[in-house]
Amino acid sequence: MSETVTDKGTTGVPIELENVTKRYSASSTGLAAVDDLTMSIPAGKIVVLLGPSGCGKTTTMRLINRLIEPTSGRIMIGDTDARAQEPNELRRGIGYVIQQAGLFPHMTVGTNISQVPQMLGWDKQRITTRVDELLDLVGLDSGQFRDRYPRQLSGGQQQRVGVARALAADPSVLLMDEPFGALDPITRERLQDELLRLQEELGKTIVFVTHDIDEALRIGDQIAILDKGSRIAQYASPAEILANPASEYVEQFIGSGSAMRLLNFAKVADVELGQVAEVAPGDEVTRVRETIAGADTAYALVVDAGRRPTGWVTSETIDGRDGTAGELSAPIETTIPARATLQEAMEGLLHAEYDVVPVTKANGEYLGVVSLGTIQQELSDLKERQKARRQERVSAGGDSA
Amino acid sequence: MNLWEYIQSRQELLEFEFLQHASMIFQCLVVATVVGVAVGVATYRYPPIATFATSTAGVIFTIPALALLGLLIVPLGLGVAPTVTALVLYGLLPIVRNTIVGLQGVDRVLVDAARGIGMSRPRILLRVELPMAWPVILTGIRVSTQLTMGIGAIAAYASGPGLGDQIFSGLSRIGGAGALESVIAGILGVVVLALIFDAVFVLIGRFTTSRGIRV
Repeated sequence: MSETVTDKGTTGVPIELENVTKRYSASSTGLAAVDDLTMSIPAGKIVVLLGPSGCGKTTTMRLINRLIEPTSGRIMIGDTDARAQEPNELRRGIGYVIQQAGLFPHMTVGTNISQVPQMLGWDKQRITTRVDELLDLVGLDSGQFRDRYPRQLSGGQQQRVGVARALAADPSVLLMDEPFGALDPITRERLQDELLRLQEELGKTIVFVTHDIDEALRIGDQIAILDKGSRIAQYASPAEILANPASEYVEQFIGSGSAMRLLNFAKVADVELGQVAEVAPGDEVTRVRETIAGADTAYALVVDAGRRPTGWVTSETIDGRDGTAGELSAPIETTIPARATLQEAMEGLLHAEYDVVPVTKANGEYLGVVSLGTIQQELSDLKERQKARRQERVSAGGDSA
Repeated sequence: MNLWEYIQSRQELLEFEFLQHASMIFQCLVVATVVGVAVGVATYRYPPIATFATSTAGVIFTIPALALLGLLIVPLGLGVAPTVTALVLYGLLPIVRNTIVGLQGVDRVLVDAARGIGMSRPRILLRVELPMAWPVILTGIRVSTQLTMGIGAIAAYASGPGLGDQIFSGLSRIGGAGALESVIAGILGVVVLALIFDAVFVLIGRFTTSRGIRV
């Protein structure tokens, strides 16, 4: 079953917007809601459209599934031009989640979720299986929730069902329009975390609209900060935006406290990870000694056949002993997920048994190592850049005066 | 002769007229519902036309029942034809108005969600808008029933079928033997019929309204 959610890796496709313009008034001089926007959204990533209300971010998103038709320009979803497809068919292939879920109140949770599969003509058995699978995926007990009506659910539960409905036919693209906007902060944060967890599993291309900078930083792989007319003020990773805001507009948007935000939102995966010498668990001690001697550290990381870090070997512990690296290594108790924020990484480091901690992907695969020094370096870089920018601005202001 | 004796002596006729009245109202309602919902569905998305439809139905509504029946006799003659026409015309207003109000009252966010997941226009109407508007439409049909029930009695003026005959023939010879009883029997019949229809609508409402939107 190729459409099961157990598929790992990227199932998303890239989206290209090429010179897209949307004007509401007929005259070509009228202010455009989206003004000549060109942007490419990479496959399998969460791209956040961030901006104040009225900047055209929702319009931009709705252009992708043609709820709004562009005045000019081209939108490519994967290899196909969005305009080449019948709009309803196009939309059935794109997940759509809106604020307050937009569930149909007269349908049960199960019926809500099965709408798109029904339109696609799936048979009953397949739909039932899929509904249960999806409820499970979004963390709702299928037996308990399938036959309930939306009004019997809390806001957070409704939004989970909304996400399940959008994922029903396993679309490669998901559009989310301020999906968590109406939820209380605690529920919002939990759902954001779960979206990230889901995304690691599903690898969809997600376009996420919000006006909340914290949400954007937390969720986005890439953030497009938009100004009036959907003009891109900056399009970069959260860490890059925090570290190098492209303009004063972006800086205003981030607000003060960018160092704290950097800690809070920049992902470990965004910083440059250190690399250490690696050995396999089966390596003989002589081989380990050679490896350590060849490296500039007095230790090496034991990485198993599945690329999972299992332990440390140091030149002291193996000194004068026999056996394999696996037998001699001190087991690793703490690893830091690549998805963790710098703050979480710091906490992990403070509690870790060694100063250097391996960073792993969600499936446990080893990526590199991080230490307090790495994070400190990141912060001092940020400080340097801020200072430089301030000076630049002062001198630029002086020139124009 | 008291009322009870009157009813017993004419049981067969009364039963026939009672059923005839019920059947007349039912058939007129079916036609009014089909036409009314169709007009509502066709116009609700265009507010000026929807207003026009509602006010046209409203104008018909203001014509006195007796006058309308009288007017309809000219082209349609006496009997069933003018009666059914008049009842359907009167029955339209509440149904048209409630269909339009009900459909316009469906949350735009839901329609947007329905479009967003790829529902076609007819599907949105059938799967989302009509089920959501149904309780309001049903209320319109109910009001329509109450209205046509009374007006149906007046149809006897145009020699129409039903219990109106008892009322009109009684009134025309009031003071005579059994005249008052005849009027009262006719009125009672209409009231009982109205109550039965209303009870049926309560049941229909319960069985056809989704639990998710039932108040």
